[in-house]
Amino acid sequence: MVGPRLPAMLKDAGLTTLVAAALGIFIVGFRTVDVGSRTGLGFDYEFADLGVALVVIFVGRFGLSLASIGLRWPAIALGAVMAAVGASPLELPSGFLHWFVVLGGVLLAIRAAWPWANQAFATAVATPGGRALDRLAAKWIGVLMLGFALVLPALPFADQKTMDLGVLILTYVMLGWGLNIVVGLAGLLDLGYVAFYAVGAYAYALLSTQHGLGFWAVLPLAGMFAATFGVLLGFPVLRLRGDYLAIVTLGFGEIIRLVILNWVDFTNGPAGIGSIPGPTLFGAVFAETAPAGKQTVAEMLGIPFDSNQRLIFLYYIILVLALVTNLFTQRMRALPVGRAWEALREDETACKALGINPTNTKLTAFAIGAMFAGFAGSFFAAKQRFISPESFTFIESAIILAIVVLGGMGSQIGVVLAAILLIGLPEWFRDLGNYRMLAFGLAMVLIMVFRPRGLIAHREPSIRLHPVASGGSG
Amino acid sequence: MPDPMLAIAGVETFYGAIQALHGVDLDVGRGEIVTLIGANGAGKSTLLMTICGNPRARAGSIRLDGEDISGLPTHEIVRRGVAQVPEGRRIFARMSVFENLQMGATLGNPANFQGDLERVFAMFPRLAERRDQRGGTLSGGEQQMLAIGRALMSRPRLLLLDEPSLGLAPLIVRQIFEAIGRIAREEGVTIFLVEQNAFHALRLADRGYVLANGRVRLSGSGSDLLANAEVRAAYLEGGHA
Repeated sequence: MVGPRLPAMLKDAGLTTLVAAALGIFIVGFRTVDVGSRTGLGFDYEFADLGVALVVIFVGRFGLSLASIGLRWPAIALGAVMAAVGASPLELPSGFLHWFVVLGGVLLAIRAAWPWANQAFATAVATPGGRALDRLAAKWIGVLMLGFALVLPALPFADQKTMDLGVLILTYVMLGWGLNIVVGLAGLLDLGYVAFYAVGAYAYALLSTQHGLGFWAVLPLAGMFAATFGVLLGFPVLRLRGDYLAIVTLGFGEIIRLVILNWVDFTNGPAGIGSIPGPTLFGAVFAETAPAGKQTVAEMLGIPFDSNQRLIFLYYIILVLALVTNLFTQRMRALPVGRAWEALREDETACKALGINPTNTKLTAFAIGAMFAGFAGSFFAAKQRFISPESFTFIESAIILAIVVLGGMGSQIGVVLAAILLIGLPEWFRDLGNYRMLAFGLAMVLIMVFRPRGLIAHREPSIRLHPVASGGSG
Repeated sequence: MPDPMLAIAGVETFYGAIQALHGVDLDVGRGEIVTLIGANGAGKSTLLMTICGNPRARAGSIRLDGEDISGLPTHEIVRRGVAQVPEGRRIFARMSVFENLQMGATLGNPANFQGDLERVFAMFPRLAERRDQRGGTLSGGEQQMLAIGRALMSRPRLLLLDEPSLGLAPLIVRQIFEAIGRIAREEGVTIFLVEQNAFHALRLADRGYVLANGRVRLSGSGSDLLANAEVRAAYLEGGHA
């Protein structure tokens, strides 16, 4: 089986190695080093590193070819050998190369075994028991995750770092769910979503520091402001679709940021706004000592003060806000306007032919999506206590959009998984130091390869009917 | 004809600088099946789209029961009881059959929904069998049935059909045309049918118009046009389904 194809496979692996060599020679092969004040920079040659990397790439590519013609066991064996070599105390030029070799071997083995896993999974799901389990899992995974989120602050490992991360992830889950209305349901590609987040954040920052309004009073106002901006953005882009819409929304996001940056009298410009009050619990503040005329939560509840209390409170606020976003979206999907969003994504011409007003439909999607970003923005300002235009750059929009796309457009659970992955992974990879973003990129590529339509690509019908045996009845 | 439901007079439509319709006059009476036939590029679909307000007529009038609708946006025209089965069907591929039909009932009274659904399922039993299936996974004929069923869900007075036979097998074409005839007879819906399949369309229709280069060239009863030498030469020779 291998015989006649061997030359072609070796050639393919060789070509891949050649490309890798051309790319890698400058990235891996040379390193500039400071050789002292007189001569300045010199070169360090690291061809041994490059050589090992190229061998890994050659063997890996060859293994993939083997797997693709059905020789999966040899490919897995090859991967195992690579992993073993990497893990062995063999003398390699650098410690990282051990990791690289192991990773290459493991990836090769996974890729070779993947079709089996896929097939086994498909067969398992196809059996009656498997199908029931699948349905059960689809139904309960959300509940399980919610349960976990609810008890997280009480769990033993929930230290300050974990809670901070939890708040961060939930903020992005909420933003993802909000953007999901615009991008996932209505199909309007919005690259400037962070603008509404900024509007909400500045609404709270300005109203609280200058007019003394509290978090709970500003929250609905911030949502309204952001929704208004959503409509403002919506009007000029009503006739645009796809790429053109994306470009205009991108521009809109930048305009908001630049206005905030340059309107110094109003927004304090690049210096940002500080000492923003945090949210209160029935008027009580989270602090060790209360300002005049107020009481602290610890005093009110008669419990000892703990700096974690504020964080836990913030955590539950964002959890509730995110859940509200989710429930609202689910409810909307079952209503005519939500259904119209989805129909609009599918086919605008057909929508018009059915009497749907595309203008109103798009504007409601923009407005409601923006409103939730406004809520999240207010929360962000209250949590950080300091905001500046730097928090609202394009990269934030890109991350939120990546969460929606990676989760599978329109999938609510997918957004949660993607947010955990995109926000959580870079944090967990922090131990990897400089290789953090490399690992992150690798994770992204793996998702693209194995789940090209997003983590959860399946769309649940908004209304499921029990199959009726006789046609025409009910 | 006394009091036509749809009266089109002197309609001119442009795509940019290019004139597609050069003053079209056409009437559709209440309860009639009227067909518009013509070659590719004659302007048939353009006329149907112009009735729906997209693109708008630059000159002339389009009256629905006496009211000029030529300046209204599409969704407002639809609200006045005009349903459209667009060219290429344009069903919502990712939505189920049931959800597609629900979208069709967007404008309708929710109280009528169940009854209308049953009527559509009775007319197209295949749709009832596939009610939870995604629209995109249906066959071409089933998609056409769904497109027609979806249009009927709004209880239209006037149904506009754009090439319902496009790309369908002869047997399916016959079923579709049979269904269109039943919609007119049993439901009392007025039908304006744009078709390239002149033979089937003229056999079904009470009256027909022949459009060529953006102008009405001939008109008459379906059977007269079927017998007309010019029509036969231009649109019917060379085999028909």
